[in-house]
Amino acid sequence: MTDKPQIEDLSGDKYKYGFTTEIEADTAPCGLNEDIIRLISAKKNEPEWLLERRLKAYRHWLTMSEPHWAKLKYDAVDFQALSYYAAPKQKAKPKSLEDVDKTLLDTYNKLGIPLKEQEALSGVVAVDAVFDSVSVATTYRAKLAQSGIIFCSISEAVKEHPELVQKYLGSVVPYTDNFYACLNSAVFTDGSFVYIPKGVKAPMELSTYFRINAQNTGQFERTLIVAEDDSYVSYLEGCTAPQRDENQLHAAIVEIVVMNNAEVKYSTVQNWYPGDKDGKGGVYNFVTKRAACRGINSKVSWTQVETGSAVTWKYPSCILQGDNSVGEFYSVAITNNRQQADTGTKMIHLGKNTRSKIISKGISAGFSNQTYRGLVDIAANAKNARNYSQCDSLLIGSTCGSHTVPYIRNRSKSAVLEHEATTSKISAEQLFYCQQRGIKEEEAVGLIVNGFCKEVMQKLPMEFAIEAGKLINISLEGSVG
Amino acid sequence: MTQKLLEIKDLYAGVAESGKEIIKGLNLTINAGETHAVMGPNGAGKSTLSYVLTGKPDYVVTGGSMRFAEHDLTALKPEERAALGIFLSMQAPVEIPGVTTQNFLKHAINAQRKYNNLPELDAAEFLKLLRSAAKNFDISSEMLKREINVGFSGGEKKRLEILQLSLLQPKLAILDEADSGLDIDALKIVSQGVNQWHTKENSLLIITHHLDLLRQIKPDFVHIYADGKIIKTGDMALAEELETSGYKNYLDAAK
Repeated sequence: MTDKPQIEDLSGDKYKYGFTTEIEADTAPCGLNEDIIRLISAKKNEPEWLLERRLKAYRHWLTMSEPHWAKLKYDAVDFQALSYYAAPKQKAKPKSLEDVDKTLLDTYNKLGIPLKEQEALSGVVAVDAVFDSVSVATTYRAKLAQSGIIFCSISEAVKEHPELVQKYLGSVVPYTDNFYACLNSAVFTDGSFVYIPKGVKAPMELSTYFRINAQNTGQFERTLIVAEDDSYVSYLEGCTAPQRDENQLHAAIVEIVVMNNAEVKYSTVQNWYPGDKDGKGGVYNFVTKRAACRGINSKVSWTQVETGSAVTWKYPSCILQGDNSVGEFYSVAITNNRQQADTGTKMIHLGKNTRSKIISKGISAGFSNQTYRGLVDIAANAKNARNYSQCDSLLIGSTCGSHTVPYIRNRSKSAVLEHEATTSKISAEQLFYCQQRGIKEEEAVGLIVNGFCKEVMQKLPMEFAIEAGKLINISLEGSVG
Repeated sequence: MTQKLLEIKDLYAGVAESGKEIIKGLNLTINAGETHAVMGPNGAGKSTLSYVLTGKPDYVVTGGSMRFAEHDLTALKPEERAALGIFLSMQAPVEIPGVTTQNFLKHAINAQRKYNNLPELDAAEFLKLLRSAAKNFDISSEMLKREINVGFSGGEKKRLEILQLSLLQPKLAILDEADSGLDIDALKIVSQGVNQWHTKENSLLIITHHLDLLRQIKPDFVHIYADGKIIKTGDMALAEELETSGYKNYLDAAK
């Protein structure tokens, strides 16, 4: 508490354009130190316990160093040059769609996004003006609340359901977990909180209306999902429409807790700015996603379609602690131009009869580089554990790279593990066959790639799958001829 | 009045990468409604002719001209030639894993319709068309759901090629060894399919070694093709003669 006056000093004096004004300058000064963390916490009116957690994480982070084991090459991030709190930007808005970058509009049209939505995505009008997001959110929430489901921002959850947040936040991904997770634990700004009570099946896909609302979730997103006994929820993250994102570094954490007989499906479509053709700009995406299947017969599945970001470092994982629990990972990762991705999953089998399935489809084009990195870890007590892994890579052209690094650690004699991996190339013969039937080369590539990814795409909720399919085509434009 | 569909004049073409010349001064005119057969010894470059006509990027035209229905073919991309009505039934249709046969066919039909400013078919219209056509070729709906050409037998692949011919309704069909690897029943299905499609408006170019298919389809002209050009033209009698005495006499005479 003795630090409080200092915060006021900071916000009131040195940063006079800071947190007191509502629009323009609702942004923290660059740099990271304890005062900044206090500032973030104060700005969000957080309780003392959360500030303490943040500070603890920050102090630990200072002792850590950035991991370099991934097959990624990028300029070092200057953590002191970043701003760690930014409210939605209110820069000079385009006045009409005519002022908006044409390539962006082309993409929206290809995705079939309605005009009203295009206006909101490109910042011509406020989101509220289109969707009246507040009322949409309220309607959804009221409906969900009837069945006892809590779906709100993590900031709201901290205030309204502190006992739940305190119990579960950091229980799957502790702040000591890794460099980026630790940073996130110190500076996270916002994200979603989902709580599904015992016996409740969520009546709708959560966050389907998020396409627009998720626009300014910020660099350090924090998501927590708790599914109590016998519950079910399907959660969708991300938006299919590309958004210009100025943030260079993203370091998010997603934690999922799954109790007895409960099931969580988590689907992601990620298409942040991948940088230009020469690899200039683009988002660095360092994400820690982990689910703990704590109950017996619990199940979690991760489904992801990733076409964006300049650099991706991401391994959505499952800790299969409860007996008979099931973990699944379905992934499509596409890299083009100079994009780099080091991505995969970890399946940690602790309970008996635990099962996991990994289907990873990597597509590399242009000068991009992609690595599948996965761990299947089976503990001595995990009797009769089973894993099936399939990692397929598809190469387009001859200047891209694809690598597969599967780690397996098995200490259970009764475990059964299967691993299959293939690498293939779109051949000139295949393209010519398509063209001879009238299909243009680019459409042919899209057709073949969508076919290659089918197993994963089928796991996505319907509307999401259609847009994700189109997104794949768009992200591969210019990859041939 | 006869209408010229394809006119090849003094054509020279070869392999793009190595520069090796394969077609050396070829002349061939095909009018609407005609059926031409090209026969010749192995390695004469018969398949090259089909690839050059359809624009396969591995080959390059170095001289002469190819005109198809008032279009200069050399200036057009493979998919444009296809949409204008040139269909090639391939000798070895390639497998495309992950792409179901019916999805592939829907893309193909709609791509061509789009090029020709026709409305695209929706899923229901397309399936109706496909199912009625598939019956004629003994192709089950189960087979249409399989990945295109993946694990298909030789006969299944060829039947699928001719199914595509009947769906896409080209003006000129080039059949490159459409009869290879077919048993008698499959050959009958293939030739019936071709004959059903064949009218006075559209034409056929058959590349083959065997008489079986020619006896079913009955060409108007039979050409002997050797060393990159046509060295002799006749009718079905020429093909029958080749069956007994071989190419040798004609090859020697051409030297």
